[in-house]
Amino acid sequence: MPTKPDDLDVHHAHLESDATPLDDRPVVLDVRDLRVHFALRGGFFDRLLGRSSGSVKAVDGVSFTLRKGEVLGLVGESGSGKTTTARALLGLAPITGGTVRFDAGPEFGGAIELTGLREPQFRAVRQAIQLVFQDPHASLNPAMDLATAVAHPLKIHHITKDRVEIDRRVRAAFERVGLAPVDQYLHKYPADLSGGQKQRAVLARAIMLNPALLVADEPVSMLDMSVRAKILQLMLDLKRDLGLTYLYVTHDLATAKFFCDTIAIMYLGRIVEIGPAAQIYADPKHPYTRSLLAAIPEPDPRRAVPRNLPRGEVPDAARPPLGCSFHPRCPAAFAPCGWEARDVNALLEQRWTAVEEGEYERERAVVGDPVELEAGATALLPDIHAGSGAAAALLDDIKSADPNEPFWRGVRSVEPEPGGVRLDFNEPVDPALRDIGSVRVACHLHDPRFAALAAPVETP
Amino acid sequence: MAAPVISVRDLRVWYGTERGPVRAVDGVSFDVRAGETLGLVGESGCGKSTLGRGILGLLPTGSAVDGSVRFRDRELVGVKQSDMRETRGAELGLIFQEPMTRLDPLMRISEHFAETLRAHEPELSSAEIDARSIDTLRRMGIPPTRFRHYPHEFSGGMRQRIMIALALVLNPAFVVADEPTTALDVLVEAQILSILADLKRNFDTSLLLITHNLGIVAEACERVAVMYAGRIVEEGDARQVFSDPSHPYTRELLRSTISLSTTALHYIPGSPPDLVDPPSGCHFHPRCPSAMQVCSRLDPVEVRAASGQRVSCWLHGPDELIPPGGTAPLQRQELASADEA
Amino acid sequence: MTAASIAEPGGESILDTPPPTNSRPRGPFGRLWQQVKQAQGFSKWLLWVGAAITAVFIVLAVFAPLIAPYGFDQYMSHGVRFAKQGSPNGTHWFGTNVRSVDVLSVVIYGSRTAIEVVVLAVVFSLFIGVPLGLISGYYGGWLDRILVLIMDALFAFPYLLLAIIIAFLLQNSVGSGVLTAAIAITVIYVPQYFRVVRGQVLSAREEPYVEAARALGARPRTIMGRYLFFNVIQSVPVIATLNAADAILTLAGLGFLGFGIQPTQAAEWGYELQRGVADMGAGLWWTSVFPGLAIVSLVTGLTLVGEGLNDVLNPVLRKRSGRRVVLPRRDAAATTLPTRQGDNRGRGEELA
Repeated sequence: MPTKPDDLDVHHAHLESDATPLDDRPVVLDVRDLRVHFALRGGFFDRLLGRSSGSVKAVDGVSFTLRKGEVLGLVGESGSGKTTTARALLGLAPITGGTVRFDAGPEFGGAIELTGLREPQFRAVRQAIQLVFQDPHASLNPAMDLATAVAHPLKIHHITKDRVEIDRRVRAAFERVGLAPVDQYLHKYPADLSGGQKQRAVLARAIMLNPALLVADEPVSMLDMSVRAKILQLMLDLKRDLGLTYLYVTHDLATAKFFCDTIAIMYLGRIVEIGPAAQIYADPKHPYTRSLLAAIPEPDPRRAVPRNLPRGEVPDAARPPLGCSFHPRCPAAFAPCGWEARDVNALLEQRWTAVEEGEYERERAVVGDPVELEAGATALLPDIHAGSGAAAALLDDIKSADPNEPFWRGVRSVEPEPGGVRLDFNEPVDPALRDIGSVRVACHLHDPRFAALAAPVETP
Repeated sequence: MAAPVISVRDLRVWYGTERGPVRAVDGVSFDVRAGETLGLVGESGCGKSTLGRGILGLLPTGSAVDGSVRFRDRELVGVKQSDMRETRGAELGLIFQEPMTRLDPLMRISEHFAETLRAHEPELSSAEIDARSIDTLRRMGIPPTRFRHYPHEFSGGMRQRIMIALALVLNPAFVVADEPTTALDVLVEAQILSILADLKRNFDTSLLLITHNLGIVAEACERVAVMYAGRIVEEGDARQVFSDPSHPYTRELLRSTISLSTTALHYIPGSPPDLVDPPSGCHFHPRCPSAMQVCSRLDPVEVRAASGQRVSCWLHGPDELIPPGGTAPLQRQELASADEA
Repeated sequence: MTAASIAEPGGESILDTPPPTNSRPRGPFGRLWQQVKQAQGFSKWLLWVGAAITAVFIVLAVFAPLIAPYGFDQYMSHGVRFAKQGSPNGTHWFGTNVRSVDVLSVVIYGSRTAIEVVVLAVVFSLFIGVPLGLISGYYGGWLDRILVLIMDALFAFPYLLLAIIIAFLLQNSVGSGVLTAAIAITVIYVPQYFRVVRGQVLSAREEPYVEAARALGARPRTIMGRYLFFNVIQSVPVIATLNAADAILTLAGLGFLGFGIQPTQAAEWGYELQRGVADMGAGLWWTSVFPGLAIVSLVTGLTLVGEGLNDVLNPVLRKRSGRRVVLPRRDAAATTLPTRQGDNRGRGEELA
């Protein structure tokens, strides 16, 4: 499929200058409803009985378009599925659903569909898509000197066997990434280099085959602050000179601001907000995006530590929350966000973290240790002294202590039951991406159907 | 002003390699007062972790230490390892970067606490141990219901909270936190930082927070010490240092930090020096945009800048020590890009 | 070296400090040699004593025809038959045995046999065990399960019994006694290489550089050959040397039991030992003591080399080269400024 790539030192004749509006440029990558689900390996008996133990939806319906020369930032915390999305594009994670159309341009033979490609077919695609890893030290073979490592793509893809030609190209790539004087670096081993130099070598290896798309997975987050800017600048230069298109995977909205044309915020396998970088930074719509922006440490001592931040951490993707996955942490969550039985546990734990030891013991005596409540829109809170109404009283106590707790917005009714209290929650609604101006947001706060329910809440 | 809890004077920590001694810490002095948080910032390889561990007496074999570390009128340099172990934990604590690897996967959280408390306060009863552990955990935001869980049942942020609780349960007077949030996500990092920022209120503990991120220092620390190539080049009130940096390195480091308010990419040319053979004079002179003739020849002398911070830079004098013609700009050969990081 | 070794306990990574500018070319073998050269103290002693002993036997093996006074089965010289079971004397330093053969010559030629068998066995097991370990570890799945099952079965079998069976089976099909013995020993040691290499591959294949190679489009063969091989063979020299020592004993064991090399094919210490044991009762010590000493010496030599290498190469056992640092006096450290000492004092006062 691919022909021999151009020499590195000859600039790509990229027709699309940066002046061309993004929407008019050819599409390099079109991802529609991408799914990467991993089957869970159950216990011994599950496997013996052939029972399925479910699956982890690492990526669950992700769509985006990447045009030539564009930089798309895929931003999220660990467990958001951003790295899995990146790996799926190279066939390093299995694509279990959706379509991925990759068009590297005429010199690579036109558009191809990546879904359903087998490993040998993917090997050819990996000439046109290159991957840069987070840890430059670990992504270079410790037993290979730099010249061999950088030249290796040429050998792998049988581009040339001519030693003089290989040497010329390696030198050109070293020069381009700033590993100069070249002779000083050719025969060094990764262990001899600093982090920034190693990442330069990784970039040299990545541009060896003149790829169309470069997937960069946190390329600067392991580097020192003073080196990050250098590597980002180098990547911008490479993009300009070689006509590259970037998928920039990161957890850091500060570097993404500098680097990306488009930002996609991911949470638990889905995109929750996507749009032009300028809009996202100027007016973030999703509470998660706002929190991420608020959490970035600023070198400004007048700023206090941000307080009103989401509690807890990214939940287990094997058992995602109902409705909006972010609702248990969301400071602005309200009725339709998918409140459920498991949130009662979180509420109790939060309560017991705050109260005194004696009160905790007393209250635990009423409802017992939180058991793993099943996912569902109804919860039965047990009452050890059945019929005493102590559990209901405890719930009232918790509510009066913090009436603004978003949890209560999701509770439809609290009914006494034999043996405890039954909590009914509002029907969970899965938020879908909706157009809000030039961005797309998956949040009920921006859904006119729920506008009446949404209480004005302060978010960071 | 409160008396210093830890007082470090002219501390040197060198360790051996095949290529010769690495001058990881080379003449460092600072104080940390009671209830104060001092941020120690620098790039990787500047010796900041070695300094943090050196204070606690945790150093690899073959390293050499001299100078003075006084902890509440006790000298810690030269103390026997066995005596140091007593002091560590009970009075001096350490919080590591990687919480996953520091908890024994086969021990419940309750057992971790019991072990720590029993080792240092053998007179405590089981009930007291539990009460104190749960109380400390609660203040770190860990629910008491999780007290008997195993480490793998917690998320990364929770494990770091547990590590902090383990370091604080003995009420140490001084804690070194070495990049405590580097392995964590942004939101979790912010949670941990707010816990660290509240340490003073909750525990009356002094903290040395080691980090490479100036943003973290700005949010969590009252004072900041900037370290470059084994030496502290500037130290002072965080607000003062950030708003009016005296040392060119501090200034350049601040400018090259990428944050939301960054408007242009900026970086310091070159890379940090090899600590086996650091440059003569001021170690920063080969990369310094304001370097003068004197900087390459004489070690800078520490002075107190007009704005109050301590700074080691010839730009701030003392003028009487600068030889004639020393203030002329330093003529440098073009930086080979080989030296770029 | 993996990423794990960077995180040195108690101190930040030396590798993170900017590297020295002098570039010394070195491959994986160069690195091995570097580490061996840097050996210190006890492990250095182990290595060199072991190497010296082993070297003596290798010299004996290679130059046996030049060194040995007689042939390995020669019982007469110039038409004169040697004394039967003659005690050590000027002509026969180690005496002669029951076949009237010179014991010194038998011991010298025996080292040739031993080295031949051991070298062959180690080479065979390397060529079988290492690739199988690579393939099994990298691909995993059913292939891995089957291979592990076979190797474990071999491993669980009493090794001498296994060697005897193999030797017995091959006796007629393979002509050379040396080759038969080598193959029998190979079968015993292949599982060890397999296990170690497979284990290393299992952890190395999760390293980002292996995924990076896949992302570059490398085929499994390339990944195994260029990315995994050099990173998983570090412990192989240690096992190879220790196995070599063990193989000497197995070979001698085979010979002692009569399943080894026949005395007409080559001299073999184990066989000699067995024949000599009978003489012991009669006070004829030299026919058994000298071959026995040879076995013990060579095994000791190889074991010392193996343990020494283990000390040097094993990152868990290896301490940081730990050259003790002696801090220069302060005034010596202040290279330029004569007033430096005064400044230090001033600094302290200012702070206090």
